[in-house]
Amino acid sequence: MTVYLAEFWHFTKESVALVASGSRGYMLWVGLLLLMILGGLYAFVNQASFGLVTSNMRDPVSWGFYIGNFAFLVGVAAAAVILIIPAYIYNWGPIREVALLGELLAISAIIMCMLFVTVDIGRPEKVWHMMPGVGTPNFPYSLLVWDVLVLNAYFVLNFFVATYLVFMSYTGRKYNPSFIMPIIFLSIPLAISIHTVTAFLFMGLKARPFWNDAILAPRFLASAFCSGPALLVLIFQILRKVSPVQISGAALRKIGELLAYAMAINLFFLGCEVFKEFYSHSHHVIHARFQWFGLEDGYGIAGYSIFALTCNVTAFVIFVVPALRNRIRFLLVGCVLAVAGVYVEKGLGLLLPGLTPDVIGEVYRYTPSLNELMVGAGVWGVGLLSFTFMAKISIAITLGELGYRRT
Amino acid sequence: MGNARATGGAPRRFGPASPATTRIRRSSNRSSRSRLRFRLPWLPGSPTSSRRKPIVKNPERDEHLDAKGASRRKFLRTTAAGVGAAAGVPAAAEAFDFETFFQKNFRRMSDEEIEALKDRMARKYEKKFGKSFNVQATGPVDNTLFGYGLDISRCIGCRRCVDACVQENNQSRDPEIQWIRVLEFERERVVRGFELDEGNPYYEHEQAPAEGMVYLPIACQQCEDSPCTNVCPTGATWEEPDGIVVIDYDWCIGCRYCMAACPYGARHFNWAAPTIPADEVNTNIHPLGNVPRSRGVVEKCSFCIQRVRDGRYPACHEACPVGARKFGNLLDPDSEISYLLKHKRTFVLKSELATRPKFFYFYG
Repeated sequence: MTVYLAEFWHFTKESVALVASGSRGYMLWVGLLLLMILGGLYAFVNQASFGLVTSNMRDPVSWGFYIGNFAFLVGVAAAAVILIIPAYIYNWGPIREVALLGELLAISAIIMCMLFVTVDIGRPEKVWHMMPGVGTPNFPYSLLVWDVLVLNAYFVLNFFVATYLVFMSYTGRKYNPSFIMPIIFLSIPLAISIHTVTAFLFMGLKARPFWNDAILAPRFLASAFCSGPALLVLIFQILRKVSPVQISGAALRKIGELLAYAMAINLFFLGCEVFKEFYSHSHHVIHARFQWFGLEDGYGIAGYSIFALTCNVTAFVIFVVPALRNRIRFLLVGCVLAVAGVYVEKGLGLLLPGLTPDVIGEVYRYTPSLNELMVGAGVWGVGLLSFTFMAKISIAITLGELGYRRT
Repeated sequence: MGNARATGGAPRRFGPASPATTRIRRSSNRSSRSRLRFRLPWLPGSPTSSRRKPIVKNPERDEHLDAKGASRRKFLRTTAAGVGAAAGVPAAAEAFDFETFFQKNFRRMSDEEIEALKDRMARKYEKKFGKSFNVQATGPVDNTLFGYGLDISRCIGCRRCVDACVQENNQSRDPEIQWIRVLEFERERVVRGFELDEGNPYYEHEQAPAEGMVYLPIACQQCEDSPCTNVCPTGATWEEPDGIVVIDYDWCIGCRYCMAACPYGARHFNWAAPTIPADEVNTNIHPLGNVPRSRGVVEKCSFCIQRVRDGRYPACHEACPVGARKFGNLLDPDSEISYLLKHKRTFVLKSELATRPKFFYFYG
């Protein structure tokens, strides 16, 4: 046991030293992220002292940019399973090499999710009111309590698995499959559940007909399986350029293939919703109309919705045609489009039509304030920085640059 | 802080002065949102256009409007969109109070802890407003289920109830928060029933009621199966045994999930620190009712819990000049509200959602 502790101490020390040094490009990147974080911190202090009036959210649109980002990032976190399943269950070599990076992305995404929820609440110092024991969590009625529960469980699990795998390879041992595999298997349903619970958070509200829709959770998962792996492909490509790490083109192309399935389902679900809204043409079609055509005064998010749809359809064409998907350059374009499309669709396209017009028909024109954007950028900075650090450590260890020399 | 006061001894006003005289109580530019413009003091060019439009209808709707109606609507929109004075910077962080921070959920407090809470509140607000406060935490009344009735055929849309509610319940004057909103509907459209999103809360007339209009005041409907209490992650809101849905304002974390869940738009968030002039503050307070709120929490109507539990009527009920408002005990077969439910044509809002409100509308 003490041997492990000593080794872990070394591991921590060397990891800190490793992330604190690097090439000029690396330092610039870290510096940029730190600047983003500082800006976000400044904006958050501003928000904490004046209240959420510093955001552009108001009573009719009571959730905005923060929760939109939250919904998107939960998807990114959940999407790690799309790598974990082929990697660990089917033991498919090329993906297996990169599955660890997928888990690291999931960890960073969860960190961002939690931060986005924290910056969104009016009294962040009182979050302990929903903790068991000290607080009075409204369990099992409040889906928000469920969400906190599964997010934390998923975070702990992934963090543990990733640390274990990296640490084992650091010490030159082989990891123990009978110990770690059950935990990895457990993380698969948890990944599904974090996104399902987040969808239920919206779905359960009978006051908001746009969300009160049984297909929302499957849609969430489908779009998550588009955006998460697409983001990973982009990250892998960057890593291939900036680090000596070996990621095979075959792995990327395989992810592209998975993305084709995911995007097909995503677009199908979208079609189902659009059909239901416009064909049945109930009183509640106003929200869908706001989303796709705008309202009578010209206000709406039609431009964004069409943009997202165009991105997603183009990305789908690229993923589904092998001749395109197999050319890395096209694949990358497809991934950028998929990430952009899902980000807009999930952030604006889910949140704003749900809240606009509000329950008494009022239209509040919401666009995030500068302060809100700065806080958001800060949160993204934290996420990207933690991913950068974790990836740097795990890559160095995989490449054998960092390792514990047993005496 | 930019509180325009009307001249000539008119009732207290919280918005920009209006040229009107007699019955006008409120101008369309009084929307709380338009007053909430906020500028970061030291961040140049920073937010925030809280651009809002008073109301947008179902596009099909204007087909039914005559030319006069359409142009009036257009006029209302332009006036409402164009106004909105920038508010000053609200007072920053409040002083940290150890005991308040670590206090329990009100529902878990023992009698002694409630006594301590009352003391703490009295001290806190005395210091803040320079007045002595009378804090009463009267518990639920036995064999009582409070219910509210509103006579649609009597309501004239004067909004006296709104003003009375703001006064009684210590609602923030700047930024403005109003628990009661009065929606104006065109009578001919109401033939098909009230669709809340067809109502206009920002009407402005020389006289109310206006020709051909009917009025529907809404506030918290005190649902029996309330979506807001179900979703609250901290259990900071609940239904009391006498039927009043309350919020523990010290326990709310401000996640605004209840606002997303409320089908009536009855919950309001303190986006900035609320302000009440010391000479207007109501010093008879209940911790679950009209206690002055802090920034970052949600608030709502509590049927004037501080009054009704002492056998008095809610402030809006007292203020109504035409007697459109009825209040009483649903469990008492001889109460006025029970009589109305038995003998009048009553309805509740959005009954398809099965929230089972204890706020009933009827045709007198």
